[in-house]
Amino acid sequence: MKSFDYIRAESLSDASKAMGDGAQLIAGGTNLLDLMKLQIMSPDRVIDITRLPGLSDVAPYKDGVKIGALVSNSDLAADPKIKALYPVLTRAIVAGASGQIRNKASTGGNLLQRTRCPYFYDTSMACNKRAPGTGCSAHGGAGRMLAILGTSDDCMAAHPSDMAVALRALEAHVEITSANGETREVGLDTLYRLPGDRPDLETTLAEGEIITAVILPAPVKGSVQSYRKVRDRASYAFALVSVAAVVTMDGDKIDTASLAFGGVGVRPWKDAQVDALLHGQTPDQALFAKAADRLLAQAKPHPEAEFKRPLVKRALIAALREATGLAPATAGTDKTRDAV
Amino acid sequence: MKTELKVNGQLHTLDHDPRMTLLDALRDDLHLTGTKKGCDHGQCGACTVLLDGRRINACLTLAAMHDGCEITTIEGLGEPENLSALQTAFVSKDGYQCGYCTPGQIMSATGMMDEVRAGDPSHVSTDLSGDVPFDDAEIAERMSGNLCRCSAYPFIREAIAMAAEVKK
Amino acid sequence: MTDTFKMDEAQPRLLDETRQGVIGTPMDRPEGKLKVSGRAPYAAEIALDGMVHGVLVRATITRGQITAIDETSIHDTPGLLGVFHGEHFVRNPAQGMAAESPEQPGTRIDYHGQPIALVVAKTFEAARDGAHKLKISYKPDDSVDVDPQTASNVVSKDDDAVIIGDVDSAMARADASVDLQFTTPGQVAAAMEPHAAIAQWQGDQLLLHGSLQMLRFNKRELADAVGIDPENVRILSPYIGGGFGSKLGIGAEAVSAALASRALGCPVRVVMARQTVFDAVLRRTETSQRVRFAATKEGKLTAIAHDDTVSNLSDEGFAEPVSTASQFLYGAENMHFLQKVAQIHRTPAGSVRAPGEAVGMLAFEAGLDELAEKLDICPVQLRLNNLPERHPATDQAFSARALAQALREGAQQFGWSERQPTASRREGDWYIGMGMASAARSNMLVPSAARVTLEADRIVVETDMTDIGTGSYAILGQIAAEMLGLPTEKVVVRLGDTDLPGASGSGGSFGASSAGSAVYLAAKKLREELAHSLGCAAEELTLQDGMARGANHEKSFAELLPNPIMAEGAIEGGKTADEYFSAGFGAHFCEVAVHAWTGETRVRRMLGVFGMGRVLNEKTARSQAVGGMIWGVGAALTEELSHDPRTGHIVSRDLANYHVPAHADIPRQMDVVFLEERDDQANPMQTKGIGELGISGAGAAVVNAIHNACGVRIYDFPATPDKVIAGLEALGR
Repeated sequence: MKSFDYIRAESLSDASKAMGDGAQLIAGGTNLLDLMKLQIMSPDRVIDITRLPGLSDVAPYKDGVKIGALVSNSDLAADPKIKALYPVLTRAIVAGASGQIRNKASTGGNLLQRTRCPYFYDTSMACNKRAPGTGCSAHGGAGRMLAILGTSDDCMAAHPSDMAVALRALEAHVEITSANGETREVGLDTLYRLPGDRPDLETTLAEGEIITAVILPAPVKGSVQSYRKVRDRASYAFALVSVAAVVTMDGDKIDTASLAFGGVGVRPWKDAQVDALLHGQTPDQALFAKAADRLLAQAKPHPEAEFKRPLVKRALIAALREATGLAPATAGTDKTRDAV
Repeated sequence: MKTELKVNGQLHTLDHDPRMTLLDALRDDLHLTGTKKGCDHGQCGACTVLLDGRRINACLTLAAMHDGCEITTIEGLGEPENLSALQTAFVSKDGYQCGYCTPGQIMSATGMMDEVRAGDPSHVSTDLSGDVPFDDAEIAERMSGNLCRCSAYPFIREAIAMAAEVKK
Repeated sequence: MTDTFKMDEAQPRLLDETRQGVIGTPMDRPEGKLKVSGRAPYAAEIALDGMVHGVLVRATITRGQITAIDETSIHDTPGLLGVFHGEHFVRNPAQGMAAESPEQPGTRIDYHGQPIALVVAKTFEAARDGAHKLKISYKPDDSVDVDPQTASNVVSKDDDAVIIGDVDSAMARADASVDLQFTTPGQVAAAMEPHAAIAQWQGDQLLLHGSLQMLRFNKRELADAVGIDPENVRILSPYIGGGFGSKLGIGAEAVSAALASRALGCPVRVVMARQTVFDAVLRRTETSQRVRFAATKEGKLTAIAHDDTVSNLSDEGFAEPVSTASQFLYGAENMHFLQKVAQIHRTPAGSVRAPGEAVGMLAFEAGLDELAEKLDICPVQLRLNNLPERHPATDQAFSARALAQALREGAQQFGWSERQPTASRREGDWYIGMGMASAARSNMLVPSAARVTLEADRIVVETDMTDIGTGSYAILGQIAAEMLGLPTEKVVVRLGDTDLPGASGSGGSFGASSAGSAVYLAAKKLREELAHSLGCAAEELTLQDGMARGANHEKSFAELLPNPIMAEGAIEGGKTADEYFSAGFGAHFCEVAVHAWTGETRVRRMLGVFGMGRVLNEKTARSQAVGGMIWGVGAALTEELSHDPRTGHIVSRDLANYHVPAHADIPRQMDVVFLEERDDQANPMQTKGIGELGISGAGAAVVNAIHNACGVRIYDFPATPDKVIAGLEALGR
């Protein structure tokens, strides 16, 4: 860890002003300190925002809910409103990391965590995300955990968050506050950039901008929500693949389906064509397989990640079987309630 | 820089490098070496302590960030001749072998039991609306952030279940 | 010095006659209260005035020379005390029982991740930063083999091969046969305590607080590496946060701490970062294995062959003995065991828990399951049909061998008869299946000494034996208490200090039997002395709760012992080891659930039935057995080192990417049954090791259960979801 100045921000504007070249916000710190110890990130100034007021509540907002950026992952998962109205978010959060990490990790930090690509993590290897222009060691390297969607020649690193996958299925927005106090709301598709030839630039946040909240739209009434994560051990591992689904039925047909995917994308992945393909259809295995084929149409796996094609297809089928009632619901699939 | 920590009820003022983690502060400055360093990256759970009553990985936070906070470590849970119910259960169920992950397991279980009582959901909870059963599947999932390479897992969970019975 | 007992013939079963009644009981570990309260001090936790901190630097090329280490590149590091490297630096830890320094390559680099320098500063934070920034120049060697599959140098160990009859023609003639290729990945010990050392010098005396398994050897290794007389080295290692073979020999942390401390004149602490533990500690080799069986239609084996390729650096002597158990578990007229070693530049390989059996039995016992399927014979019965009379390769008689009993009792207790045809049992989306495998691990006796002192109300046991979580503190106390007739709470056990009599150390499952026998023999001498004082023959003496009785005499220890009495016991192997082959045997049974869509496997319950001679402590033995079985689950399902194909460096070099089993991977129901057994040929206590028997074969039971559940055979370990779904898709499922 490089030496840095520790600055405790007393207000949002304090924090914004202290930002800029070489500065880094810290909240939960569960990924940042991990990276700083390995000098993958080496800020000169670390701005502690954990004591900023007003960013630690989960509160009704418009038709939906506003989640302060400092709400811990545990508190968010256990929030009665979230459990009842947005259960896929609870399910995604508790499918990630460990109890200890979730107690510390923040909502904003979860969104901004970095990839766990082993070449990003090894400073002896070339990585365009860590050191722009040095090359991508994952090409021709070990690639089992890499993304297969949204990749470029310069980067194939997967986004590691579970929570953000659920947020994409829920069509959440983030509230971003700039240095002058103005706020804007953008969807996660706008927040996250595709790597292209600049994989080091992961978001569209401008200098001095801070994610201050996540905004959930009105709950999808009468929906069944599911988070299905497949990993190398039963708990405490990153996703090989994951599927978040928010589904409503109209009789025996799918009315709406909003799906998002983890472990496969360079960012928490959502494909509107997949959702559209399911709309108005009678659920069956062939339909789900077709949805998966649509999802995978543009997939470009590293040879070692080729298995993610069949695996995400099978996980999607398993998730939708439960979400559409073709199979009995197991832990991870919940019917939303109408009120808290 | 200076940071004030209340550890196991006792106030300490640290004079430290801003880079010092809470874990290194406990182990090296306060000589509370019961909190272990297994990986230093939040991947093993050996450094679990309670921060204001909640379990966290002490390796993944800076001491500086916790000025004025209350920390409970394994040393604050009980002494060799005056052990907590959980510590006693670990001894009688052989919920350890080498003992290195043990303080983390015990601190994690302490925090975990409160989380279950509060009804916090886990990955294996079948129902998000009701109470959480204190069964083995729940304990196993919730303790999965604490690795034990000696692999005392079944005995650790027997100890936790035994201590939970005592508490009832 | 003391006379050394040689195990030349079976000894009377004295521990069945003694009266204290503590041997074998499930006593709590005496050090338990310290461990659960955080008061047991491990190597890095000794507080010393003026102690400074060292952080190791790794090589970032695979092969070549260091041309410069630019110390000026970190001169601005606050509190920097020095950068240490050079001729004494060790490349990797010593192999078990080396008793001499591991390779000291100077400026030569043999693998990516090799420790090449130590940065020492007043604070850990500064040393870590300095270690990261230290500029090193290299002259890389372009030709580097890092993959055993494509290595140009592959040494065939023809001299060690066992070839009996003609396997090829037996295969051609057989009613049924299998010829299977398996691969297992590299694995690591991943002890929870990273390798750590604090070195301090007083004059020419080096004191090392270390985390080491075999102190008698470690002392000589460290002395040789640093270039001093072993008499000037003392190592303390009373608590060790897990070893599993990874702390058999001294490594870079101990040597670099000693070198830096000597130069700086203050205590130096070096703790390996977890990533360094992956890079610079001996791993278990990856293997490729060819397993062949031939049999008659009645299920009599006519050929057994198990050939393998492992890897290591060319000058490391160790080669994982993959087929050890395959050579004696079953018999056939035709056998073939040949090993090849690929010489490659990866982190070097060494002993990790049950070297050989841990990976060899995965393939061997899975192959036998496939043969049973072909023959349509119950896998338990197939094994029972083929137990050899004598060791097929050495022609030794077996000592106690409980394999048949373990297979039968295990099948009965597990409910094996409920096992359903392949892929026929479903619960929702989960396939359910059962599998089994034999367990075997050779048993050894290693020279050991111990000193026992008896006072009127106290026993003191002293040896340099270590307790790496195995229960040495408990069992050595129980042996002494049982032999000398005092309650266990009256025993003080002092371990982990090279100033004490030298024992086997912890490794190879021989610690309890070897060090335990030394304690037993010392106590036996004291019994003779007590008998003499009491005026009876040693055979007439009974000791219980501080009272000595015999030949109508009865006296308390207080009366008999105006002064403490002390004796040393020492043992080494003898003729019984030539005439008899001693091994622990057992059987594993496992039930798994396999998800029909995602290929996730969950172990639902396991049973291990073991014959391991006399059990010294039922509780710690059970923990060892279950721990081993869980390692088997890890090998079967989750554990895998992945290497970069260009540099050979370990890509999964932390505990997030190397998946040791977590709580959720392991069911509560991990049952163990110990069969009543005495191994008279093993040692005077009739005990055998248990630390590695539990792992041996366990993983095969898991993958055999996967096959029964869903029809998928796993040939490339571990059985992660990607491999299981590939198998399911191939079956059209």
